[in-house]
Amino acid sequence: MRPQAAIASKVFIQRDYTSGTMCQFQTKLPSELEARIDKQQFEETVRTLNNLYAEAEKLGSQSFIEGCLACLTAYTVFLCMETHYEKVLKKIAKFIQEQNDKIYAPRGLLLTDPIERGLRVIEVTIFEDRSLTR
Amino acid sequence: MKSCEYQQIDPRALSVSPLSAQSHPQTKAQRPRRKWEVFPGKNRFFCNGRIILSRQSGVLPLTLGLIVITCGLFFAFDCPFLVEHLTVFIPVIGGALFVFVILSLFRTSFTDPGILPRATPDEAADIERQIDSSGSSSYRPPPRTKEILINQQVVKLKYCFTCKMFRPPRTSHCSLCDNCVERFDHHCPWVGNCVGKRNYRFFYSFIISLSFLTSFIFGCVITHLTLRCHAGKSLIQAIQESPLVICFFSVWSILGLSGFHTYLVASNLTTNEDIKGSWSSKRGAEDSGNPYTYNGIIKNCCATLCGPMPPSLIDRRGFVPPDEAAAAACTSEIELPPFTAKNDTNMCTQSTKDVLERMLHSSDFHGVCPAGPPKTSPLGLEASDSLGAARAPSMCSRRADSPCTTCARSRKDSLHSINPAFRLASPSPSLPRVNLALSDTQEKGFIPLP
Repeated sequence: MRPQAAIASKVFIQRDYTSGTMCQFQTKLPSELEARIDKQQFEETVRTLNNLYAEAEKLGSQSFIEGCLACLTAYTVFLCMETHYEKVLKKIAKFIQEQNDKIYAPRGLLLTDPIERGLRVIEVTIFEDRSLTR
Repeated sequence: MKSCEYQQIDPRALSVSPLSAQSHPQTKAQRPRRKWEVFPGKNRFFCNGRIILSRQSGVLPLTLGLIVITCGLFFAFDCPFLVEHLTVFIPVIGGALFVFVILSLFRTSFTDPGILPRATPDEAADIERQIDSSGSSSYRPPPRTKEILINQQVVKLKYCFTCKMFRPPRTSHCSLCDNCVERFDHHCPWVGNCVGKRNYRFFYSFIISLSFLTSFIFGCVITHLTLRCHAGKSLIQAIQESPLVICFFSVWSILGLSGFHTYLVASNLTTNEDIKGSWSSKRGAEDSGNPYTYNGIIKNCCATLCGPMPPSLIDRRGFVPPDEAAAAACTSEIELPPFTAKNDTNMCTQSTKDVLERMLHSSDFHGVCPAGPPKTSPLGLEASDSLGAARAPSMCSRRADSPCTTCARSRKDSLHSINPAFRLASPSPSLPRVNLALSDTQEKGFIPLP
């Protein structure tokens, strides 16, 4: 028998545009999650995500070299090479998986990778956990 | 029932449709479909989702034809003469430029310009709930703008009624492609696609290389005609054979366009913003400068052209989860009923259970694995064995050995006591940092702005 958990609700962490169009998410803990998770921990997760996205979008020498190389090869290099952004996205996916396993799943929460929502929101699914109340 | 131009999302409509029960056995028999096959925008896909094009491909064949014919005439008639009289590098340079132009053109046309996927029903309902925070049963159109601060400057975000979300800054909805595109520049009919965040650099390299190509061909043709005149050969025949006329008219317009876009790149603007005068100093406001500029020409150029290549947000080649496909088919077929009073709790509870079950099924495939194929275990909670004993009680409100029906019944009871699915146990507070600017009621209808 496949045990099932009821989804009580979903909370969406919206984007934070105060520093421009860079992909950053709001770090404030939504009120619906206050009972489930520690504020510091949640902020730490979102801050780490923000840092990872900032690293992906950084205008550094690496992205500059990549851009120039791509231009010189008439952008055919992207067919065989993975971009820096994609590499960081894989790191982000692994990070979210880790966070889910270690921190959020024991509390009946599930973070969805923002890339699945078009980098618009971080979707946090809250599961019913009457059994966890002690 | 109030008449309204805009249909608010009714979560009950997602589940109460009679078609869903019928189509479930059908979808099980269908092969898994890729997301490009159910993409809601007006796009065409080739090579099993690898290539994306606007449905209105415009005059892309004409663009290709003009470039190929011009270069063909050049290679056929001017090159032999010039190779003989000048240097063999002329066709080499011409050939290299031609290849670069064609590759840039294809890259611009066939790349996803930065399309934003439409909001999921959950997200859309969440936004609606935040907007409709008064909780009254009377319907009023949601405010269409939201003001935020970017680099200490107030920017208005508009709500997109098609994609059901507040558009990020610099995003615009293209009415031809019916998609919200990030950093929307313009929809180019010559290229047959929108020009946005992901393909602006390709578009820019296309027009720059095309300027070089047309200037080069123009120069070579003039040289050819001049040399022929000096040699005393027939001028009229030479003009007829060379691509002079096409070059003459196109070189000025393309040079002009390249110059305009170079200005845009240097000031980190989009065509859309420039045309609308969003950050124009003529507006009179003290702080209406461009909040996205890096205040340096080199840095702006690097940011726009050599910045990191963002990924495509529409997962074209991913597979659609079967239950989502059924839900999507149903919602697209049936008309969403207008949002009625919220105090019909009996109906709400029954439909809430359906919605949650549907969401539970969809979460089996959807919300678990960010990359790669979905795991066979239904929830991420089960995926890691490290949870151990904590797993079983968390799955079900009773013990794991109880029959599921008992679980379902107890779930239903708990649901009845909480609230319908899209209202939370604790009322969501209005977010203090978001100032919802209520739009003026002058405009009754919504005109989608490109």
